[in-house]
Amino acid sequence: MEDKHLFKPGHTACAGCGQAIAARLVIEAAGANTIVANNTGCLEVFSTKYPETAWGVPWIHSLFENSAAVASGIEAALKYLGKKDSINVIAQGGDGSSGDIGLQALSGMLERGHDILYVCYDNEAYMNTGVQRSGLTPFDTNTTTSPSGSLSAGNLRPKKPMPEICNAHGIPYVATASAGFPQDLTRKVKKAISIRGPKYIQVHVPCPLGWRHATNQMLPVAKLAVETGLYPLFEYENGVLSNRKQIVPKPVQEYLQTQGRFKHLVNNPEEVKKIQDIADNNIKKYNLKAEA
Amino acid sequence: MKEFLEGSHAIAEIVKACRPGVVSAYPITPQTHIVEDLAQMVANGELKSEFVNVESEHSAASVVLGGSAAGVRVYTATSSQGLFYMQEVVFNIAGMRLPVVMTCANRAISAPINIWNDQQDSISLRDAGWIQIYAEDNQEAVDFHLLAYRLAEDKRVMLPVMVCMDGFILTHGMETVDIPEQEKVDKFLPPYSPLYKLDPAEPISMGLLADPDYYMETRFAIQETMKESLGYLSEISSEFNGVFGRDYKDLLVEEYQTKDAEKVIVAMGSVCGTIKEAVDQQRAKGKKVGLLRIISFRPFPYARIYEVLKDVPRVAVLDKAVSLGGYAPLSVDVKAALYGKKKGPKVVSSFVAGLGGRDITLESINEVFRRLTAKEVSSDFIDLKPELLKEEYGR
Amino acid sequence: MFGPLTVKPKESKGDKTGSWRTQFRPEYLHKNCIACRMCAMICPEGCVYGKEKNSFWVDFNFCKGCGVCADICPKKDIAMVVEDGKSEEK
Repeated sequence: MEDKHLFKPGHTACAGCGQAIAARLVIEAAGANTIVANNTGCLEVFSTKYPETAWGVPWIHSLFENSAAVASGIEAALKYLGKKDSINVIAQGGDGSSGDIGLQALSGMLERGHDILYVCYDNEAYMNTGVQRSGLTPFDTNTTTSPSGSLSAGNLRPKKPMPEICNAHGIPYVATASAGFPQDLTRKVKKAISIRGPKYIQVHVPCPLGWRHATNQMLPVAKLAVETGLYPLFEYENGVLSNRKQIVPKPVQEYLQTQGRFKHLVNNPEEVKKIQDIADNNIKKYNLKAEA
Repeated sequence: MKEFLEGSHAIAEIVKACRPGVVSAYPITPQTHIVEDLAQMVANGELKSEFVNVESEHSAASVVLGGSAAGVRVYTATSSQGLFYMQEVVFNIAGMRLPVVMTCANRAISAPINIWNDQQDSISLRDAGWIQIYAEDNQEAVDFHLLAYRLAEDKRVMLPVMVCMDGFILTHGMETVDIPEQEKVDKFLPPYSPLYKLDPAEPISMGLLADPDYYMETRFAIQETMKESLGYLSEISSEFNGVFGRDYKDLLVEEYQTKDAEKVIVAMGSVCGTIKEAVDQQRAKGKKVGLLRIISFRPFPYARIYEVLKDVPRVAVLDKAVSLGGYAPLSVDVKAALYGKKKGPKVVSSFVAGLGGRDITLESINEVFRRLTAKEVSSDFIDLKPELLKEEYGR
Repeated sequence: MFGPLTVKPKESKGDKTGSWRTQFRPEYLHKNCIACRMCAMICPEGCVYGKEKNSFWVDFNFCKGCGVCADICPKKDIAMVVEDGKSEEK
């Protein structure tokens, strides 16, 4: 693999940032003939502080919630210019800008059938502003706005099922991926790019700062999320579950104990049980268990 | 070719002639007829354009932002709440120096909800970095769109332009208008050649984070361009006159019977038609009255306004918007244009009329002239209903 | 006077984030490398270079010392050693 420099060093992401890894893998898989529209968020801030840019492809940031709409305009312009067949368009953002404030723009983009790949980098909270709870923050997570306390075990609600919401739009391709499985992510991006129409990939990206784990633990943490069933990796093609990563499920406790954001659950088997139920439901729903 | 058309249809015709590659809009009364017509033109193959039906005004503005950044001429239209909903994108487009052209079908702001005309919507966004020009009639509204694209895409400008036309009064009013011929439009407005665009052949990053070391200069640059645009408006207007034979002078203001006037009303938009009629009637009676119509609200032509008003003893500024808790917005700018000068009016009174579509009649204008006495007044409301005030508010 | 803030990637040098390293730096041992490229692939900075076996190196101008490369190396051929303050090489 040639070093294509489509996402250059010198950006100011935290050490061990899962989003930086995923963003580079995504753009390298998509290739140089790609235009990127980016929501406001960590990725935007750490990669394009004037007068520097990490991006070797044409890249635009407008606002927090509108990359899907900006990308729609870019795609429409490329169609008008007769260039759409040769240029990929990617819209991307974090979990908050994709699933919360930008959900409407994203839904519009999917419903209108634009030929765009939307990538949601899911680090499960508003990290750029200091680890506040988003709609994609997992159940019982301790964030700065869903703190645990004597009356609370952290975030009250389970993750918003964004891949399912996107799939319900009847789009040709939906996938989940993880920074912990880089080759799998690359493959999915390449596959998505090869399909015409709206595509959605949600990548689980550990945030050492917000999740409170050591910077070199990015990979094992990301892998455990998948291996416990808490972050199932799957693909929907034309609405049909066509592929999923099979696992020999590990207890969720193994994942939870790796991160400070779940530390308050250590002596709370009741809450851990609820999280195990979430994993078990995923395992059942997506048929994740590897055949013996 | 002269045609008897609804204002919205006339706007759609001129927008079509300007050949935008991307059109995006979200329906809001009274803008709808414009974009419906454009959609039909695209469906009929009369306009080669990508028409993007979005789920909100926020996305309408974002789509044209993206289209413009990709190097294509774009168009959108909105009104009232729609303009407010896209507000952050409106500011963003200007900050990114993208030559978007938008029609604002001027309408009142909720609450209470009201679909009728005043100018509170666009005036509230005066600080966004858009050039704002206000049309008096539908011929102007048509011509101003063509002028708007020329100005926005001028490489010395590269700023978005908002063409403001009074909702219903103009958008739904039937008038005879001369729709410029395609050949002449193409001559006056060549295909858009962007200064910067998103292109894999020559990648750039746009919309970067500017820290305190860089942010201020971006704002200074827009401010300077705005000031310089006062001259470009005149330049482009004169070229327009050469091609189309309609003279909008400097495109900043229109003077109507101001030369020897003792009382002058300053106003914007369609109400100026009514004011002209009132002026004519009063002049016929020997009264020295006149009108100063502001065409370009941003950039604001301070020097031109001083030039016109410096020898006028009494000036009335008529706003179709308010700044609740402050002086009416147009009056503030007019007063600023006159402040601290050697000469100038003794009285600059400010009046508010026509909010939420209340008719501004000839009698309303005569009332403004009557109330323009030696005693200066501020934000004096015209045509309030005393019976309602008593009933609802006890005064 | 006009102009938005745009940057051409060719002209962007990037911040020298190597100065962030405080505790550890990766040392490529060049003993058991099989040129699987996982280190280059996973580096959040994208500052690991190399093609052949035992040829991989890190641009310490940018390496923040996160240690993910050492973690992913299947041959344990990358060691995290105490940062000695000497930085830029190559």
